[in-house]
Amino acid sequence: MTSRSGFSARSSNENVAAKIELKAPPYPLDALEPHMSRKTLEFHWGKHHRSYVDNLNKQIVGTELHGKTLEAIIVNTYNKGDLHPSFNNAAQVWNHDFFWESMKPGGGGVPNGELLELIKRDFGSFEEFEKEFKTAAATQFGSGWAWLVYKAQDNKLLVIKTPNAVNPLVLDYYPLLTVDVWEHAYYLDFQNRRPDYLSVFMENLVSWEAVSSRLQLAKAQAAQT
Amino acid sequence: MALRTLINRKTLTTTVPLGFRGLQTFSLPDLPYDYGALEPAISGEIMQLHHQKHHQAYITNYNKALEQLDAATTKGDASTVVKLQSAIKFNGGGHVNHSIFWNNLAPVHEGGGEPPKGSLGWSIDNSFGSLEALIQKMTTEGAALQGSGWVWLALDKEFKRLVVETTANQASCVLLFLQDPLVTKGPSLVPLLGIDVWEHAYYLQYKNVRPDYLKNIWKVINWKYASEVFEKENP
Repeated sequence: MTSRSGFSARSSNENVAAKIELKAPPYPLDALEPHMSRKTLEFHWGKHHRSYVDNLNKQIVGTELHGKTLEAIIVNTYNKGDLHPSFNNAAQVWNHDFFWESMKPGGGGVPNGELLELIKRDFGSFEEFEKEFKTAAATQFGSGWAWLVYKAQDNKLLVIKTPNAVNPLVLDYYPLLTVDVWEHAYYLDFQNRRPDYLSVFMENLVSWEAVSSRLQLAKAQAAQT
Repeated sequence: MALRTLINRKTLTTTVPLGFRGLQTFSLPDLPYDYGALEPAISGEIMQLHHQKHHQAYITNYNKALEQLDAATTKGDASTVVKLQSAIKFNGGGHVNHSIFWNNLAPVHEGGGEPPKGSLGWSIDNSFGSLEALIQKMTTEGAALQGSGWVWLALDKEFKRLVVETTANQASCVLLFLQDPLVTKGPSLVPLLGIDVWEHAYYLQYKNVRPDYLKNIWKVINWKYASEVFEKENP
């Protein structure tokens, strides 16, 4: 199946019992300070993300899902909305990988090039995109995620929000950027103040390079199908 | 963040002016105990944030939605009335659920953790085998809940039995549909005891280890209140 994640396949060696691995963020755990604390990364990556990986591996061992790529497991267990028990763990593994890679030290600000042009085209301005993205993230009731996605059928950028572990892979969009709005993502640093967390995320953490390269990959893949 | 000062019980009643048509709006109920009174099971820091920030936000947003609903109803704006339903359900549900929750907890020196006696105690043994079995069931279901939600002990008035149910986000126990496809309930479920398993209810103290929170909360559960509610429905 076509990989929409923008990274290479997770388990490339067919001969080895293919466990899903916990991937480290592409920066040290304290690199996002003071905007996202080391303590948060230690728990969020070191405990939450790690648990999703460990629990997923326990759930799939000895089943037909064992040995499949993570994305294949996600689509399979989403089961058109009738969620298989391991969907939550599988999707959350993927979502968190995608989230760490959506951020970088010294991130934030405004994108440039084609990405900025498309944002202006589809949202009116960068400010209007930012407002829509932050509103979606702030109004996701309960746990979930907000996303910037590319919808190939309409050749359009969209902002969407999803509950719990649901992600754009199962909704037929190409994900470009995400922010985690489960409370564990921001509670140690911001407590109840989710809007403050979102402002800091936009101003200081977003890796527009990652978003741009995901967009290029998405358009290339969409052109092939 | 350093919220080390345990502030005494605060009266946080906000006076909200009534609308022209006497629209009833809501205000934050006082806690029946000090913020620090449930320690070490639940920290004073969490209790203060949970009450003053989270519960207050549900009330603020519920009132706003009710005012918007009032305006839309007056104007005959049907689509706005419909669009407001999710905000009302979420924020109103949050207010209802948390109001119950504060009564479900009590300091140890005021009876927190003391097993239920009387008719509720008997009914629990009858429905679940023992109090320990009920606690085990609620703990397991609370720990397994994905995302945000609540685990409830409720009385099904129609079938006169106790049930354990979970709800997602701020869905109200009273809006719950039982799994039996032949029967649709909702209003006949009376919540006796709810445990908040949203991360904000435990994260600062227990971090990702929700099972530890669930293990410890039983030490401050106010069975007296649950019994009173039960006996009122079961005279």
